[in-house]
Amino acid sequence: MNKKRRLTDSLVNIWMRGGLYILLSIPVFIGIGLYWKAAPLLNEHSLTELIFSSKWFPMRGEFGFLPFIFSSVYVTLLAFILSAPLCLFAAIYLTQFGKMRLLNFMLPVIDILAGIPSVVYGVWGILVIVPLVSDKIAPFFGTISSGYSLLAGGIVLAVMCIPYMLNMLIEVFNTIPVGMKEASLSLGATHWEMVKHVIIRKGFPGIISAFGLGIAKAFGETIAVLMVVGNTLNITLSPFKAGYPLPALIANNYGEMMSIPDYDSALMFAALLLFVVILIINLFFRYFIHKTEKI
Amino acid sequence: MKQMTFTYQPTLSAESVTMQNEIAMAEEIKDTSIISIKNLNVKTRDGAILKNINLEIPKNKIVVLLGPSGCGKTTLLKSLNRLTDLHKELKVSGQIIIDGQDIMKAGQNLSAMRQRMGLLSQRPFPLPASIYKNVAYGLKLKGIRSKKLIAHSVETNLKRVGLWNEVKDRLKSPATSLSIGQQQRLCLARGLAVKPTIILADEPTSALDPISTKIIENLFKELKQHYTIIMVTHVLRQALRLADHVVFMYYGEIIEQGHPDEILKNPKTTILKKYLIDGN
Repeated sequence: MNKKRRLTDSLVNIWMRGGLYILLSIPVFIGIGLYWKAAPLLNEHSLTELIFSSKWFPMRGEFGFLPFIFSSVYVTLLAFILSAPLCLFAAIYLTQFGKMRLLNFMLPVIDILAGIPSVVYGVWGILVIVPLVSDKIAPFFGTISSGYSLLAGGIVLAVMCIPYMLNMLIEVFNTIPVGMKEASLSLGATHWEMVKHVIIRKGFPGIISAFGLGIAKAFGETIAVLMVVGNTLNITLSPFKAGYPLPALIANNYGEMMSIPDYDSALMFAALLLFVVILIINLFFRYFIHKTEKI
Repeated sequence: MKQMTFTYQPTLSAESVTMQNEIAMAEEIKDTSIISIKNLNVKTRDGAILKNINLEIPKNKIVVLLGPSGCGKTTLLKSLNRLTDLHKELKVSGQIIIDGQDIMKAGQNLSAMRQRMGLLSQRPFPLPASIYKNVAYGLKLKGIRSKKLIAHSVETNLKRVGLWNEVKDRLKSPATSLSIGQQQRLCLARGLAVKPTIILADEPTSALDPISTKIIENLFKELKQHYTIIMVTHVLRQALRLADHVVFMYYGEIIEQGHPDEILKNPKTTILKKYLIDGN
């Protein structure tokens, strides 16, 4: 009996450890695979040239990724600027000021929003956001836009990120002990002072984590952005102009134009770039969380 | 012949003597009371937590709220500085009069009212900041901006709770780096810094080791010269050691109250008798 129990124990242990190693190896294999496929391009061009050149002429063998990287960063930042404060204040209101009933009502709504396929957000972007940008927002700022723009991409992405960030922020604020809030209030803090000095400070690592998740999600989002961003090579600061983010480049062209030498490698390099950037974003936020957690 | 004078003296039974003593004691407490609780009720959807509480809290004494878990001691304590407001599921009614002011009335300055009552929880909850900032927090909320004044108050209050020598070289370290006992003393220093008149302590030693417990108990004995301390505890011996006045609660009601020697050694009700037997 004892022998059987010990055997079960070690089998379960091997099973769990095996599962963990498989999970850990997936990103490593993805990274290796992408690098392997992108290697032909990397052998012919320097990394600096690929990242900092804006010349994109695949037929001539020129692969400058700067416009794609710029569009990706621009749309991501725009989405972050639009969604982060909204999520932060909504989460604070729901957990600290609103009634329990409101929070209980909102939680499934947030889950539903997170579950909507990105293509639906894309269609909604074409039907609502693109006309809004071309007919209202651009004229308001005294400019002309087709609507298919970085701003439209940013707005759609922001809406897509909201459920993820909001859900995580609610979790973060709900885990802050009531005793800590009571301590602050009993020292004479008003409700807002308590939120500022206790909720936000104590929840800071979690807030950073939620924002990191939002940014990573926004940076890698493909279909919805592709549908509204215009997909035109541009390096412009105007949010009313079209852009062409990295994921859209891959989704639009993979399987096409494979007759062009190195095109396949270029697309794999774009995927590798995405992979590395998301990895860096995650590592940066982990480091930041680690630093702030010690308070 | 000497004329005899006769004055009628009614014969008093033992029961009525006790009753008269209790009335006299209640009158005496009322005269010196700092808090007067009248018809306090706290309810949730599931039922009542506090049922018609009437209590006078005497000034500069240690009042111990005693009773089994779930009898409403903590709720009563938190009603006193309206921390019950944080729990939206609670319905609170009645009067809590502090210095002639009913704090239950709408439009009260809750911040100022709460600053008059230092709170010490079951577990220490240092704020997410340094040791120094924890003590300075309440002062800044009070509007004190002078760094010199704040530094002086931090030092004085940390000395008062016997923590200064242990932390004076690491005031900028996070408060969470302290041991639980030290954190609890820090929380007391933080509360004292805002100069309260009342200290509310909710089982303040339940998470502490015997040495830290003794330090807190001794501090309370010293502090009662200047403060009114209302303390929740389960520990009968602690109640005997510290209390000037014991309030025994059971299922949201006050069953007995009085001097600890009186009510813990000669309980009148069966519930308290049973509680004392089980507790011992």
